[in-house]
Amino acid sequence: MDVDPRKCVACANCVPICPMGAIYIDPAVNRATVNQDECVECYTCYQGMSKERLNPLLVRTIRGLFKLFRLRFEPEPDVCPTDALTPPALVWPRTIRRAFSDPVVAHESTGISGRGTEEVKTNDVTGRVRAGEAGFTIEFGRPGVGVRFRDVQTMLMALVPLPVKFEPQNPVYSLIADPARGTLREEILNEKVLSAILELTTTLEHVPSVLRRVTEVTPTLDTLVCLGVSTRCDDRGENALEPLLRQAGFPIVRGKTNLGLGRAAARPRASEPALSEETRR
Amino acid sequence: MTNTLHRFGAPESHRDDFVVFAMAAKEVNDADAVPKFQQFLRLALPHRPINMAHAQNRGIYRAAEQLTPLVHWTRGDERLDPERIIREVESCSTVAVVFDTREATIAFLADLREADLGLSINVSALVEEGHACCKAAGLTRHSVEYSLGIHGDQSRLPDRHTLELSTMCGHGMVSHNFARKMIDLVRENRRTPEQAAASMARFCACGVFNPTRARRILEQARKGE
Repeated sequence: MDVDPRKCVACANCVPICPMGAIYIDPAVNRATVNQDECVECYTCYQGMSKERLNPLLVRTIRGLFKLFRLRFEPEPDVCPTDALTPPALVWPRTIRRAFSDPVVAHESTGISGRGTEEVKTNDVTGRVRAGEAGFTIEFGRPGVGVRFRDVQTMLMALVPLPVKFEPQNPVYSLIADPARGTLREEILNEKVLSAILELTTTLEHVPSVLRRVTEVTPTLDTLVCLGVSTRCDDRGENALEPLLRQAGFPIVRGKTNLGLGRAAARPRASEPALSEETRR
Repeated sequence: MTNTLHRFGAPESHRDDFVVFAMAAKEVNDADAVPKFQQFLRLALPHRPINMAHAQNRGIYRAAEQLTPLVHWTRGDERLDPERIIREVESCSTVAVVFDTREATIAFLADLREADLGLSINVSALVEEGHACCKAAGLTRHSVEYSLGIHGDQSRLPDRHTLELSTMCGHGMVSHNFARKMIDLVRENRRTPEQAAASMARFCACGVFNPTRARRILEQARKGE
């Protein structure tokens, strides 16, 4: 994101809005300034703030007078008075920042807005996670820290040797350079995004080993990780995963329940085999 | 997308938080999904959702493109007409509604069961509440996803109230700094919890921010509870 210095009045409303803390008032120029290395192009400031489109000279004059008399005008906190935030023309690899950070933008690889896939939310239709399987969502950078892809790669490389199957529809999957080693495309490794998700499935028996690996690697990363795991329920709505998680010491608090009301207009993904020996490395 | 899964807070902090959303599976049942999404939203209206959205178009809390300076004195929570949200559904995305009571959620789920839209419907809430709502509406849950929490250097996290507020937008559009600023404004009596909650809700593009829960958290933060 850029700030138009001709419009900015240094009101600083955008400073706390930025999820990455990348906006500050530069005292040298008295304008909002964006640390471009930290900005993830999430467009939160541009799309989330309301606009007044006032005359910048007028606003600066009024603000100057108030400052002279040490008066504080208390504006609405989510308003940019002069529409000073300006979306830049992004070029590769910086385009990837917006693709992974602005939830309104659909990924070219998946056609889905957001950072992952439909995962278990359409499981009643797609059968993505089948009976006896667990689907993991390993989300990096959340909450509010952000992540560079080199950290995603570190986790990916640690998970590749395990008996897991990575979700090919996931946007990160399309960035893998070497699936056997779990390396990502070199040019994106230093790109920072608000968050990125790795999605994989494994059998229930391998859930503990995946959990162990993720929790071992996470402290070595320069980010935070939100971990989610899903499964298919039986005819009574119960499942074998929940006791397994409790046994592993994870408190069960919040979750997402798929009600099973979806209906396939066409066939389920029959072309995709269940997790089998051939998919287990 | 796991935008409602990892809301932070003790179980008691989620008691008034129920997000119900509908999705169509890409290239499976999304061909005629738009009118079904609209019906989903319309079915929710009698149950008085506290937020709703079509994720591509943002929700009933939304930034304004052209405000007048009077807004600094006259601004309410400025929720959009739900009918406008319904009219704006023109593409296949996620539609979501938020309730603050279990009763409303159950009643809505029962209506959805009756309507048989064929869309995938999910409830994001406490696991036990989601399951209970499902049963009460006469449904058997098909799949479930569990949040296993936040891992890594916990010193990078803000205080409890800030995190409870900011994680209500799982996409991270409500920054920790802004949530903290809203808490400060409420504590200093420069904004009401209602105003602060609405300000934060405008940043959540998917319309899943829960303003009722936010008001409660802001009240608790004001009193230092």
